[in-house]
Amino acid sequence: MKKTFAVYQKELKHFFYSPIAYIVIAAFVIIAGIFFYLYLSSFVEAAFMDMIRSQQYRTPPQKFNVNLQLIRPFFWNLALISLFVLPLVTMRLFSEEKKSGTVELLYTRPLSSVHIVLGKFFAGVTFYLVMLIPTMIFMLLLFIYGNPEFWPVVSGYLGLLLLGSAFIAGGLFISTLTENQIIAAIGGFGLSLVLWIIGWAANFSGPGMAGILNYLSIINHFEDFAQGVIDTKHVFYYLLFSAFGVYLSLKSIESIKWKS
Amino acid sequence: MIEVKNLTRYYGEKRALHDVSFDVQKGEVLGLLGPNAAGKTTTMRILTCFMTPTSGTARVAGYDIWDQPMEVKNRIGYLPENPPLYSDLRVMEYLDFVAKINNIPKNKRQASIDNAIEKSGLGDVRNQVIGSLSKGFRQRAGLAQALLGDPEILILDEPTVGLDPRQIIEIRELIKKLGGDHTIILSTHILPEVEMTCGRVVIINEGEVVAEDTPGNLTKRLTGSERTIVEVEGKEEDARAAIQSVGEVLSVTKQKASTDNHLKFVIETQTDVRRDLAKTLVEKGMGLYELRAEAYSLEEIFLHLTTKEEAA
Ligand SMILES: Nc1ncnc2c1ncn2[C@@H]1O[C@H](COP(=O)(O)OP(=O)(O)O)[C@@H](O)[C@H]1O
Ligand SMILES: [Mg+2]
Repeated sequence: MKKTFAVYQKELKHFFYSPIAYIVIAAFVIIAGIFFYLYLSSFVEAAFMDMIRSQQYRTPPQKFNVNLQLIRPFFWNLALISLFVLPLVTMRLFSEEKKSGTVELLYTRPLSSVHIVLGKFFAGVTFYLVMLIPTMIFMLLLFIYGNPEFWPVVSGYLGLLLLGSAFIAGGLFISTLTENQIIAAIGGFGLSLVLWIIGWAANFSGPGMAGILNYLSIINHFEDFAQGVIDTKHVFYYLLFSAFGVYLSLKSIESIKWKS
Repeated sequence: MIEVKNLTRYYGEKRALHDVSFDVQKGEVLGLLGPNAAGKTTTMRILTCFMTPTSGTARVAGYDIWDQPMEVKNRIGYLPENPPLYSDLRVMEYLDFVAKINNIPKNKRQASIDNAIEKSGLGDVRNQVIGSLSKGFRQRAGLAQALLGDPEILILDEPTVGLDPRQIIEIRELIKKLGGDHTIILSTHILPEVEMTCGRVVIINEGEVVAEDTPGNLTKRLTGSERTIVEVEGKEEDARAAIQSVGEVLSVTKQKASTDNHLKFVIETQTDVRRDLAKTLVEKGMGLYELRAEAYSLEEIFLHLTTKEEAA
């Protein structure tokens, strides 16, 4: 536990000592901010138009739901941006140690591969959390100027965190396979993308296969969270997925010892 | 303290180590001497449990590398060939991290770090970012890392490679000081280095142990013959006669000279014959253009030792 924490701390230092971290966070927040602005302005415009219409024709105003029409699509967007940005976070988790030869330090210290992999995994998740925090300010604005429901926002962030953990576990595994960070980033993105679009393939396959593909699709499980429903079935899917990625990373780094 | 038993290691089809065995006593400084690609790094990586041998085993401080690698790792401080540093961390942060993963209890950590910094002479740069350090200080940071927790055993892979002469002297002095308190294995491809720092030498070539002795004895065995290169102008018979007259000549080989009317010979003798040879050649009225002793390269020494051991 202490050693896992030591690895975790070291990884966080790496993140925050490097300018790339700030570029990644800034890119994430700016892109998220643009989408938020677009959603917000179209939402406000629609609500405003409806208000004028209802006054003109003396009809009751339509019910506009900020959760349904703004927060939900915004969470989908955050998930999509995460798909693109998280490979940049996971690419160096292991590749850099291989490239610089510091694996030789890690493997010759009284440290088990579990310490190494868990420390790195949780550091990645923490970094993702730090990336998400500025987007919460956008949400805060909605609460200040409107009255959205609170729990769907919580479930949305929980969903993002779980989805992000799954991406990070997958990206970590890819990063154990190569010492080239670019390849690790592309591989991590490719893996995440395949898992994302696998659900589409379900539309073109037989009923039995479709069920499997739909289950595997990493984004299908996100839907309920974005809508404000926390279903243990989906929580379990993401936790299982993350655990599997972590397990593969463990196996991968243990096999390096035999090869290199 | 360390018993290496019949280590063999393959990389795919390629054999890097073949049946390597040797022992190291407590407090001893053992030199692992060999040319590039001899298998020094491979041996050290097996002893530090970075990788497993294809066959054979080793016991370190009584623990088998197969059965109790954690116990082995606990007792070894290891400086790999390329110091394993995180260039974006400060020296202190780096040592703190290594101390934490090294099982050093919290109340002893700071003392242990201070001690390692002092021994390795890192004092002035402790708060610098590792990436900004010179090669010499990076090597010291790597060494400090190996010294954390005062391990019984130190394994140092070519600790002086890439340093400038002054730094080399400092690091060698340091290693000498560390011997006695620690059992040390140090690898190098530089013969004088083992003479200066090691109590005993294991010579390894192409993955096999070819000799094991004290540096003094080895030097005696290696300096059993001298090689001289001579370039003269004159008749070949005269030149050969002059060479044969200077003492016990082991071999004379003719080589292509710099110009056509010169003769060039490589002579192997038991003692240094340059003075006598110069005198004899000049007395015979031959033109002397070059006369110099040529040291044996490490590769030749290994070849020499290999053939000698086989003959014995
Ligand atoms: N990771 C590896 N993969 C394949 N061959 C290797 C690897 N590491 C070392 N070798 C080979 O094993 C032999 C011994 O290498 P090494 O132990 O590094 O020698 P030294 O440290 O004495 O220079 C060399 O021929 C080298 O090419
Ligand atoms: Mg080497």
